[in-house]
Amino acid sequence: MNEGDIRQVTVISGKGGTGKSTIIASIAACLKDKAILADADVDAADLYLLFEPEQSEGFDFYGLRKAKINQELCTECGICLETCRFEAISKDFEVIQTRCEGCAACHHLCPISAIDMLDNVSGKYFISDTRIGKLVHAKLHPGEESSGLLVAEVRKVAKQTAENQNRDLVLIDGSPGIGCPVISSLVGVDMAIIVTEPTLSGYHDLDRILQLLEQFKIPGYIVINRYDINEEIAQKIESDFENTFPIVTKIPYNPIFVQAMIEKKSVLEVETEDKDVLQIKKMIIELSNFILKKLKLDD
Amino acid sequence: MEIAIVSGKGGTGKTSLAVSLAQTLEDVQLIDADVDEPNCSIFLDMDTEHKANAEIPVPVINYDLCTLCGICSANCEYNALMRVPDQILLFDKMCHGCGLCSKICPENAITETPRTIGKILQGEKGNLLFNYGKMDVGEELSTPIISQLKQHISKERKIVIIDAPPGSACPMVETIADVDYVIVVGEPTPFGLSDMKIVIETLRILNMKFGIVINKDGIGDKEMEQFCIDEKIPILLKIPFSLEIARNYSKGVPFIKILPEMAAKFESMLAKIKEEI
Repeated sequence: MNEGDIRQVTVISGKGGTGKSTIIASIAACLKDKAILADADVDAADLYLLFEPEQSEGFDFYGLRKAKINQELCTECGICLETCRFEAISKDFEVIQTRCEGCAACHHLCPISAIDMLDNVSGKYFISDTRIGKLVHAKLHPGEESSGLLVAEVRKVAKQTAENQNRDLVLIDGSPGIGCPVISSLVGVDMAIIVTEPTLSGYHDLDRILQLLEQFKIPGYIVINRYDINEEIAQKIESDFENTFPIVTKIPYNPIFVQAMIEKKSVLEVETEDKDVLQIKKMIIELSNFILKKLKLDD
Repeated sequence: MEIAIVSGKGGTGKTSLAVSLAQTLEDVQLIDADVDEPNCSIFLDMDTEHKANAEIPVPVINYDLCTLCGICSANCEYNALMRVPDQILLFDKMCHGCGLCSKICPENAITETPRTIGKILQGEKGNLLFNYGKMDVGEELSTPIISQLKQHISKERKIVIIDAPPGSACPMVETIADVDYVIVVGEPTPFGLSDMKIVIETLRILNMKFGIVINKDGIGDKEMEQFCIDEKIPILLKIPFSLEIARNYSKGVPFIKILPEMAAKFESMLAKIKEEI
């Protein structure tokens, strides 16, 4: 597989907790012979909990460098304190690690060169073997800054892994919101699946994430999860956005999503005779096939 | 007293709790710091007005002075500046506004101008003062908006409740900086617990005082409760899961309207928090 031929799909939501991760987990289980799964929600990565890696290879991720003041040289002149716009230097001239954005302004302006910029491991990423194939996931260290960079790294590694494994698709689980990590999970992808819920908050956040997709000219398809919580708003989502962002499927509320999570399974992997659950499984298979078809991978 | 409400995982009920508290307690300022997706206003029947633009300073190059030496672009850690044969290009969305380029330019050819990346809004109704930040779509940096929003925290109000963004990265850390107490809203599911643990790790590094509210109690398993007991983390409150609450939430009705008996529990929760502070 040539890297250029590999397609990428990101699942996003705007609002958190709409079911993004549970739905991508099921899609990944369905497409396990075709796709590599990348968990790009780097400060709340959960997919590894479902797919329980049999083996994991971990790598340090270096984010932006951070400042360190050499206390033996420091004369406490205060220039760094005045220079830093991120309030990352304490009154006793220590760098507050969680506030330092790595701009290096203090380093350049210290009159006696007492401030060094040191490499900083801001997280870790993993290539794991799971029952559904390779999973690339990461963990940003608490309070770290470089989430967008780590997302980019996870995507890069997932793409290389897809190439090595001869898979033609990377499925990317994005973060909530519309900011830096989300943008980093969307740059250059072929398609976005937006998982939303029919609540006023869900609608509001959907509207914003769709504006972002329009700016980036990424084709997006909407999944309304738990549509029967409020059918009126589900209807409004359809009528307001359908023209630019088609609705692919509407999934009903069902406790099986949480139940499956507790059993460490994706919903697709749950064995059941329950008609409603079977119906949901069918919807997920159709959704997976829809993605393949749109990307012309349905040979 | 400033209390921030955080969660790790999105959709656990931060906003519902923040709004319910704000509508129950006296003399409150509510701050919605989830500037990517601010939702508190949906639950408040309140008009808000534009208070300020959220801005970051970006460089402007004076080409009468610039010699295209490239010191600015070579030293920008964010790759926001690039020297091309006849000019210095600025990728403004990558600029963090650190000001380094303007300070190290040997020709003093760089000044700064504010660039709007979002807005700060304010409303007031009855007893409640409300502020929120809203990032412009397409912008990447929420942290500066949060820090500018926090400058609008009132010193006169008895209680300030801050609804934080999800996650445990820099926007969350910025939100909780200098608050007196942090409430972690957890959803008792495996994902909810995993994300909560990451937030708690962050809170411990930052030396914050915190307690847990278990929302949607009954939806999943008992692991979260057990974790809190094992780790000796106070469980401040449990809010039950029900489809009725979910349906009302979808229409913008916070759970306090469905479970008015929670008001008394809020009081005892606050008493517990005051004790801890």
